[in-house]
Amino acid sequence: MIWNRAKECMSREDMRLLQGKRLHKIVTHVYHNTPFYRAKMQEMNITPSDIQTIEDIVKLPFTTKQDLRDNYPYNLFAKPMSEIVRLHASSGTTGKPTVVGYTRRDIEIWSEMLARCFSAYGASKDDIFHVAYGYGLFTGGLGIHYGIEELGGTVIPVSSGNTAKQIQLLHDFAPTALCCTPSYALFLADAIDKSGIEKSEFNLKIGIFGAEPWTNAMRKEIERKLNIKAYDIYGLSEIMGPGVSYECSEQNGSHIVEDHFVPEIINPQTLEQMPYGEEGELVFTTVTKEGLPLLRYRTKDLTTLNEEPCKCGRTNVRMGKITGRSDDMLIIRGVNVFPSQVESVILEMEEVEPHYMLTIERVNNLDILTIDVEVSEQFFSDGINKMLELKKRIAHRIQSVLGISAIIKLVEPQSLQRFEGKAKRVIDNRVL
Amino acid sequence: MKIKQLSIFLENKAGRINDMVNILKEADINMRAFSLAESDEFGIMRIIVSDTEKAAATLKANKFTINITDVICAKIDDSAGALATMLDCLTPKGIFIEYMYAFSQGNSAYVVLRPTDIDACVEVLESMDCKFISPFEV
Repeated sequence: MIWNRAKECMSREDMRLLQGKRLHKIVTHVYHNTPFYRAKMQEMNITPSDIQTIEDIVKLPFTTKQDLRDNYPYNLFAKPMSEIVRLHASSGTTGKPTVVGYTRRDIEIWSEMLARCFSAYGASKDDIFHVAYGYGLFTGGLGIHYGIEELGGTVIPVSSGNTAKQIQLLHDFAPTALCCTPSYALFLADAIDKSGIEKSEFNLKIGIFGAEPWTNAMRKEIERKLNIKAYDIYGLSEIMGPGVSYECSEQNGSHIVEDHFVPEIINPQTLEQMPYGEEGELVFTTVTKEGLPLLRYRTKDLTTLNEEPCKCGRTNVRMGKITGRSDDMLIIRGVNVFPSQVESVILEMEEVEPHYMLTIERVNNLDILTIDVEVSEQFFSDGINKMLELKKRIAHRIQSVLGISAIIKLVEPQSLQRFEGKAKRVIDNRVL
Repeated sequence: MKIKQLSIFLENKAGRINDMVNILKEADINMRAFSLAESDEFGIMRIIVSDTEKAAATLKANKFTINITDVICAKIDDSAGALATMLDCLTPKGIFIEYMYAFSQGNSAYVVLRPTDIDACVEVLESMDCKFISPFEV
């Protein structure tokens, strides 16, 4: 079913006109309400009157995650706090998270676009959704939750963790849709196998998986193991959260909610806009967002855009699978991790050398992060307990900074590779 | 009387102990005693050698992480109850053993001790006429 036919099946020409109109409006708004953007635009010698059509978007400045950090926590908000009804945040490199704020209208728009997603997956108000995304600062849980309510479906707000309880609820409450990360879906599938409960006793039909990249091979495995149809949902908190794009029954790319988010593909080196079909960095401009409007936000995700009409009837541009990142961000168990976060922890501990190596593996469908650190000569002790205690201390600190646990491995000094120039400190053995 | 013990950090990699002992062999250093403490992914080799300084310098030059600690090597009878007698004197004085290892030779047993308070331990053992191995005897 198509939830919002007017917007999802709009002609390309009408969409461009609508985007142009909305772009002019949002640029005018941020120019007058966000000192950061006004200063940037003045520096580039442009005013809102220079932005009339969607083609003018290339004149606008870019926004990066660093800009959000520099304006921590509220300085990029374009509405007073009295208008902001919700905050979400993602983990940051220096311990400071990236904060996003929503007005009541933003939440309504977000919920409506999620209703579009769920309808595209074939779900309706008759469905019961088991939401195993984390509830809290992470946009996954609450975002999806409000979308299901907008659709009229039934929400089971389980949140993440406690797999035994998850299985019990999946069995007893008989949800028809499962929302979580694809790797957790596989983990759940294996746990269900081990539980001894027959698969036929579950009622699941649809899987709504996102927050981390996954392959078609993984999709097939999930579908086979859980006997469901699995759909991809894409989003990022800076732009809105989950639902920025979604698959339809064709599963040939994800439709972007273009009436709210204008996508572009740029060359990450030259920053020039690239034509549809070419691979580059995905950039979004939020043209209706009130709380935190962002101009040309660089997602750092590498993909392609496809403007061809889709067999499902939707005309909204489709984005391909994310093929990589233009920065070094890793997604581990759905959590964004920058190697620099690990570095900040290692550097502040004098017991270890400032060298480290991250290894990520997928074991039983769960991402395992191992961090090799070199023990420092001065702090090497003949007592094994002291060394184990040091390991524990590093692990604890890493957990509090990254938000996920890691295995700390103490290695001999000088044993990790030294780099001249660009260091390669990550070994990702996952097949994504 | 205290003697020097050399501790070496070893990753759990096949052949790592071989590397270490071969370096000592090249430098003509004889190990008189050793023990190996292990955990999941690393171990700590503790050795008593004839020339601690030379062994330390050689291992360091070969990029091993080492640490030199004072330990006690007590010489006791190689007979039932000898160790119990010795330890029973230490516990009431609040001296605990972090680790120890031993070997026997002839009628004697040699116990290498790493107590919490080494000076207090030496004092107690001296008061009970315990015999020690001196650095010159190693």
